[in-house]
This record gives sequence, structure tokens and C-alpha cells, in this order.
Amino acid sequence: MAIFSKPNYSTVTVKKKDIPKDLWTKCPKTGEIIYNRVLKENLMVVPSSGYHFPMDARARIASLLDGDSFVEKDLGVRSLDPLKFNATAKYTEKLKASQAKTKETDAVVDGLGTIGEIPVSIAVMDFRFMGASLGSAAGEKITRAIERGLDKKCAVIIVSASGGARMQEGILSLMQLAKTSAALARLSEAGIPFISILTNPTMAGVMASYASLGDVIIAEPEALIGFAGPRVIKETTQQDLPDGFQTSEFLLEHGLVDMITPRVELRDRLIHLLKCFGKNTSAKGA
Amino acid sequence: MDDVTYTLEFEKPLRELEKQLMTLQSVSEESKVDVSSEITAIEKKIEALKADIYTNLTAWQRVQLSRHPKRPYSLDYIERIFTDFQPLHGDRRFSEDAAIVGGPAFLDNQSVMVIGQQKGRNTKDNLKRNFGCPNPEGYRKAMRLMEMAAKFGMPVVTFIDTPGAYPGIGAEERHVAEAIAVNIREMSCLKVPIVSIVIGEGGSGGALGMAVADKVMIMENCYYSVISPEGCAAILWKDRAAAPKAAEALKFSPRHLLEFEVVDAVLPEPPGGAHRDYEKAAEMIKAAIKENLANLKRKSVSKLLDERYKRYRKLGKFEDSKTSIVEN
Repeated sequence: MAIFSKPNYSTVTVKKKDIPKDLWTKCPKTGEIIYNRVLKENLMVVPSSGYHFPMDARARIASLLDGDSFVEKDLGVRSLDPLKFNATAKYTEKLKASQAKTKETDAVVDGLGTIGEIPVSIAVMDFRFMGASLGSAAGEKITRAIERGLDKKCAVIIVSASGGARMQEGILSLMQLAKTSAALARLSEAGIPFISILTNPTMAGVMASYASLGDVIIAEPEALIGFAGPRVIKETTQQDLPDGFQTSEFLLEHGLVDMITPRVELRDRLIHLLKCFGKNTSAKGA
Repeated sequence: MDDVTYTLEFEKPLRELEKQLMTLQSVSEESKVDVSSEITAIEKKIEALKADIYTNLTAWQRVQLSRHPKRPYSLDYIERIFTDFQPLHGDRRFSEDAAIVGGPAFLDNQSVMVIGQQKGRNTKDNLKRNFGCPNPEGYRKAMRLMEMAAKFGMPVVTFIDTPGAYPGIGAEERHVAEAIAVNIREMSCLKVPIVSIVIGEGGSGGALGMAVADKVMIMENCYYSVISPEGCAAILWKDRAAAPKAAEALKFSPRHLLEFEVVDAVLPEPPGGAHRDYEKAAEMIKAAIKENLANLKRKSVSKLLDERYKRYRKLGKFEDSKTSIVEN
């Protein structure tokens, strides 16, 4: 008989307790397990590591605006399917799935509200909705938010997060770059401030239009921000990308954004800026 | 690609017939045998086949024509349409970008600022021109020239022909997105008439960064798209070879662009494509530029800018139900 015989294992089945699946989240940076309630209270930022999780549009608006000051606009603006786009999946099906998932009509939520009692016109992109790609409906909402700022003579704030233009709407999505930027030209001409906030990720068509046109451009920490996707650049140039390429920190170092502001400080930062810019414009205003 | 006899796959039957015709013609000359009836028959066949091929081009075939290595580029048109073109260089900040050419020139008696995206004709030239993919400097140079045009009251003519802005490390470091965004914004309110013509590839933001205009035209065998068919295929089909399918799905042919009001006119090309007859193609473009500039110059600046704003403001197709309830 062998001295070291195979030990006998017995399988013990422990009855799992009913732990709600969405109670805990793991920090991708440190692996730390964090209680969801804590995460939510800290605006989806891991307190110890500073990792910024994505934030949906409504939570973002609640985090920036005063109490219940938000009045939503353009709720009826929704995407159509002008190309009758049917590639590997039908565009209409993708829209329906995103609407069901997010309970939003499209990738932008916009309206009026106040920040530190200063009136603002705000538009926020929701990355959960088809990667917050910019289609006709989203472009229309952004444009209306800018025009509303022009009309009410109040500052415009756009919080961006987007993979770029919405391919499924073809050339019409590209035209949203022109539509939104033309509205910003008028806003600028009228001397009304526009603050652009870049969150993870803000790429391509959105960066090649309004997101890059802020009087002040604020980035959240460690966001991916750029025009061409990193993989495309790597494939085209056959070069290794520098460390931290296309991150907020990289952009700050190259002089492309004004500042990096952690989410928890964003509201205060906006209030300060708006107070500075508002000093003289409020006299002109209504 | 530099072969003079460069033939696209779908053009092959046509080339065959043309070869037959040439053989017949030389035979008839040498042997003094009358083959005129055969020649006429083949000529008729060629015409019929040409009409058949070029009037029923698929989206992908049009993309191939727009990239045809013999296709006229910006400089080919500039030298045929304008006189005294004086190329100006550099963005005054970082460098010159040969993927975009531009400068003042005369359109008959009228001075204009002409700016074009420029591909290379051979490998050496293409290295210089970066295959027509501009860097941020190119867009900034274009803007500098446009501002100069506004200062001196010269209308602006732009030629669009790029696969897209260059996806490079330096381009990102020098903020190509901002360069394009600023061009789009400033072109929307530039105080002189702007006419843009897509003469080859209209590649996404890289094209739009020079194509915000009062009148946008596209030549018959071109495309203007939010993404290259290969890029779209790589994302949706996970396979760049699905580009022909993507080309259909994206509906970026001139006919669709006109329907979506993204372009104001489609300029016909000589039979077989612009590369078959540079002079004829240039003539047609010149006539279109002259006609449009004559109309635009009659407008006051405020009317011009107001109409330009409205031109872009209305683009897009969406529903506005005025309701506040998500129906799903």
C-alpha cells in the first residue's frame, strides 16, 4: 500500500445566501471591493483610488445642478432610421434595445437649470445609449441646448462622452458636427460662455466639433480623449503608442485641455468659472 | 498602381472590346480590307456597354472610381480652371502640410482663394502628400487662407479629396480634432461665399473640416461618408473585406447625398469617369463654380450667413413628437 494515498475529498455544498448581485463593485484599478451605496454617494468615484466609473446622464445632471432646478426639454426628439440601416443588426432594433436598457429616448438629455443659482442650459451625453454616438436626434438636442443658451443669454454646459458619430445614420450624423458647431459660432459671437466637459471616453466626431470648442475645456481624470482610435493609429503608423496616450493627463500636458477636475469637485469648479464669466454678461442679459 | 492601363475589375469587358476595336482598326489600315461595318458594330457595342456599366454602378464600384489612381486631383483641376495660382505654405505655427494646397488665383477675371486636398500621383509624391491625409497643420493652413480671403473679400473654393484626416501620434498631440472643429465653426460664419466640390473621396471629419460651404457639390463617381467603407466593415462585420456591403449600407452615393440635402448638386463626369477626360471634367466644374459664385456674390453678407446657417441647421432626420413619455 502506498504511504501517500490519494486523500479523500468530499464535496461540500454550501447553500448560497441571497446576496443581491449589484451590491458590490470591484475597482478596476486596485481590485478593491466597494459597496455600491458608497460608490453612488461618491458620484461613482472609488474614494480610495480615484477611479471614475461612467455616470449616466441623469445622475450627472443631479450631481451638477441645484436641487430640483432641472427642467428637461426636447423629450420628444428621437432617432429615425433614414438609411433603413441593416448591417449585422437592424438600427431600429439597436435603438429599441438601448431605449429599453437606459429608459432614455436617445444619447442626450438636455434642459435648463441652475448651478449655484446661476442659470445654465445643459446637455449631457449618456454613454450607455449606443456608446452615446452622435446621430440626428442627439445632434438636434445639443444644437437646441446651445440655441436655448443664446436665447436665454445663459451659459451652456455640455458634458460629453461618445464614441463619435453614429455610423447607422451615415452622412447625416457627420452633418451634426456642422450643425452644432455653427450654433456655437453664434453663441461665441454673442459673448455667452460655453464650458465643455470631457468624460471617458470622448472621441472622433464629437471631439472634432463641440467638445473641442469650449471657452473652457475640463476633462475628468484618466479619460480617453482623442480623434482617431488608438488601435487605428497603431495599425496605420506601425508605431508603439506613448504611455498614457490620449488620456486627460496627456492632453493637459500637451496644452489641449484647460484642467483636469475630479468629478466630486466639478460642480464647485463650474460655479467659480460661471461667476467669473457671468460678471459682465449678466448686465447685458435679461 | 502607376500603370497607364490600370483597369478596375468591372471595367474589364469594356477594355476587351476597346482592344478588339484597336486591332480591327490596325488590320483595316494595313490590309486595306474594308471592315468598317465590323468597326461600327463594335463601337456601338462599346457605347452600349459603357452606358450599362457606368449608369448602374454599385456603391462599391463608385468608391473604386473615386480612388482611381488616374483620377484628376486638386492641382489638375486648379491648373485647368484657374490662372495665376500662387500656392501659399504653412500654418505659421508648426509646419507645412503638402496634403493640402492653397492660395489665391484668378477665376477668369475674379480673384478667389482656392484650397484643395491633394493626393500624390506616385509613391514618392504620395509620401510627400501623405496619401491625401492631412495633419492638423493642413487644416490650420486652410483656415489661415480662408481668413485671408475674408479679409480681402475673396470668395473661397475648396476641393475635397481625402480618405480622412491622418490618424497619427503627432496629429493627436497637435490636436487634429480641434483643428477640424475650429474650421467647421469658422467656415459656418466666414464672411465670403464658399463653394466646395467633392472631387474624389469625402472622408468623414477630414473632409468636412474643409467643406462647410454655401454650396456643396459632388462629382458623379465620388462618395462622402461618415466613415470609410473599410472602417465600417471592420466595426460591424469584423472584416474589412465586407467593405462593399458597408458601402451599400451607408448610402453615401451622390444620389443619396442629394436626397438628404447634404449636397446641392451632383456634377456629371465624362463617360467612364473624370480620369478619361481631364479637360471635360474641369470644364464642367468650372461652369458650376462660376454659376454658383455669381449667385452667391449678389447676396448681402447677413443673408449669405443666415442661409448658410439654415442650410446646416436643417440637416438630420429625427422625430419630434412633443410628448414627454417614452413609449417603450
